[in-house]
Amino acid sequence: MGMSTVSAKSLASWTSDLLARLPAPSGPLAAVQGRGRGALAALQGPSRRQEAWRFTDLALLVGLNLNPSAALSSGSAADGFAADGAGTDGAALPGTSQSGPDTLRLKLDGGSDPLAGVVLPAGVSPLSESELVLALGHTLAATGCEQHWPVELNHASASQLLALRIASRSQVSLELVSDAAAELRPLRVLLILEEKAQLQLCQRLTATGAGLTSLVLEAHLGRGARLEHGLVALGQPDAALLAHLALEQEPESHVSLVAVSAGWGVSRLEPRIVQVDGSATTTLRGLQVVAGDQIADTHSHMAFGGPEGQLDQLHKAVADGRGRSVFNGAVRVPRAAQRTNAAQLSRSLLLSDRARIDTKPELEIVADDVRCAHGATVSCLQLDELFYLQSRGIAADQASALLKRAFCEEVLRELPAAARRWCSFESLLAAHGADAGPATAVESGRDDLEGEGA
Amino acid sequence: MIRPDADVLLEISGLHARVEDKVILNGVDLTLRAGEIHAVMGRNGSGKSTLSKVLAGHPAYTVTAGTVTYRGQNLLELSPEERARVGVFLGFQYPVEIPGVSNLEFLRVATNARRVQLGQEELDTFAFEDLVHERLKVVQMDPAFLDRSVNEGFSGGEKKRNEILQMALLEPLVAILDETDSGLDIDALRIVAAGVSQLATADTTTLLITHYQRLLEAITPDFVHVMAAGRILRTGGRELALELEERGYDWVDQELAALELG
Repeated sequence: MGMSTVSAKSLASWTSDLLARLPAPSGPLAAVQGRGRGALAALQGPSRRQEAWRFTDLALLVGLNLNPSAALSSGSAADGFAADGAGTDGAALPGTSQSGPDTLRLKLDGGSDPLAGVVLPAGVSPLSESELVLALGHTLAATGCEQHWPVELNHASASQLLALRIASRSQVSLELVSDAAAELRPLRVLLILEEKAQLQLCQRLTATGAGLTSLVLEAHLGRGARLEHGLVALGQPDAALLAHLALEQEPESHVSLVAVSAGWGVSRLEPRIVQVDGSATTTLRGLQVVAGDQIADTHSHMAFGGPEGQLDQLHKAVADGRGRSVFNGAVRVPRAAQRTNAAQLSRSLLLSDRARIDTKPELEIVADDVRCAHGATVSCLQLDELFYLQSRGIAADQASALLKRAFCEEVLRELPAAARRWCSFESLLAAHGADAGPATAVESGRDDLEGEGA
Repeated sequence: MIRPDADVLLEISGLHARVEDKVILNGVDLTLRAGEIHAVMGRNGSGKSTLSKVLAGHPAYTVTAGTVTYRGQNLLELSPEERARVGVFLGFQYPVEIPGVSNLEFLRVATNARRVQLGQEELDTFAFEDLVHERLKVVQMDPAFLDRSVNEGFSGGEKKRNEILQMALLEPLVAILDETDSGLDIDALRIVAAGVSQLATADTTTLLITHYQRLLEAITPDFVHVMAAGRILRTGGRELALELEERGYDWVDQELAALELG
């Protein structure tokens, strides 16, 4: 109990302070902002007295002096964000749009219209205002998180959103990148995948300053649609990430979500998936890496609304230093969800005796004819594996770097290719601030391999 | 091939070791010269596998007395990786599976660690691929195993071939092979034995640790040592292995009992 804990009061005052400084509601989300601010003012913020936040301390958040950033304020001024968009896009992301032959690449800054000046490829169209009214928040409600504090925080602050429809039977590749400074960076994304549409979504969230990135992503998959989502979130020790990924699946649809996070002072990822009528497949892969005093928390929530749904989930964590890793994997199988086949595995690697790992499956199974496997392991680097490598001349520190990389690789290799580029094992190590010395020797070997292979 | 004037590569003298509180080696004496092939036989629990692990520097074992000298150097003060780099190789009885670590990369990093020690140039991926494909022939191994994770999902025979492949790449001067014959069918045994024989030269010494004599039909040892209760009980030529095969290990117990009574 000696640990510093964020009291509800300080988070409350931080929140009211933030609310007071937010610019007046504006843009396509003005109504949502208004409602969100009301809700946030009334809502009790997360505290460690709540089960869902028992291990995750938001003290870091309270310490952030968040200026609703230039981008946010500029959202209300058309001139401002147009100029902003042109300037940054030109420098960092040549062409803004096409990074591959069929890839739409968009930069999200939380304040500008991400589609301003962008020519959308075939099969992709923006949602109209009337469609927005119907669709926005639908999946949040369907997955039961529309009133979660991080979601309301996003509602209150996000003035822009990216809302796209992927046409039936089309194949689209989309890259979304955000690099947040010392600011509040609210990102809101809504994707509608029509029947048999296929979307590969590679998303990168990075931070360069003591800020908060708030992501709320909703995706609705029509019958037979396919979403391959790779999320790479590389932060820094004084930055925070709060992300809700809400996915709604119609039968015969496929979701593959690979989420990798490292380096955030505090991060909370909530993938929430509902198979509306079952009969869909969901593959979840997670990797979180903590060191120093970092906290990484994944609360996943999988619900089956009908029979014959499938889930294949693997969550991995590496905890070093005084880092703390939390995984809570909820799986809901109600009576209607007969013949569900779900498997969840949590594997954690504990590298320091001061690090801490809390991992918990949370299975609620009412249907009787189901297969739900779950397992959790927490281990240190295996002495036998280390000795085997050493007995071949590989130095102890290099051997442990190899084993750590191998542990992470199982998840990293499942990232879509574009996201894989953003997230080498080296970048994970760099992000989590580990002693990169020994790893470098091995990694340089790896670089050779990749360089020459290319 | 016995040459009394050949260089002593490894000199083990009065070696005592324990794991936790259990004494396992109880005064082992053994001299290995260049060009020689030695076999250490003995029952399970006689200490022969422990001897191999102590020589390789396994951290679970503590040496309590005795010396091990490798080419004039105190081997016991070297870390496991340093022992490997200077030319001491242990072929594992149970090679470890390491999911996620590419076999090819592992072999390359290991080979380069040895090459640096020898003052040779490190091999880049292309040069190493050439070398590894050449050495694969020693154990008739399918190149497909290079692309897999280290030993992951390998059959018993494939794991042992991978061990001998490592030996072929590292070119040790002292090769200690711990029950390399276990888990091998006749064909695999023949291939592995041929590989080991091919790698045993006038400059190297090989220590075969085995329970059965069948490996020794394929690789003819110059010396056979019988180990019991953590020490070498008797040393002889190849005929000693045949004697063990015929008479079993019961006489060893009797001899040991006599020793302890005396």
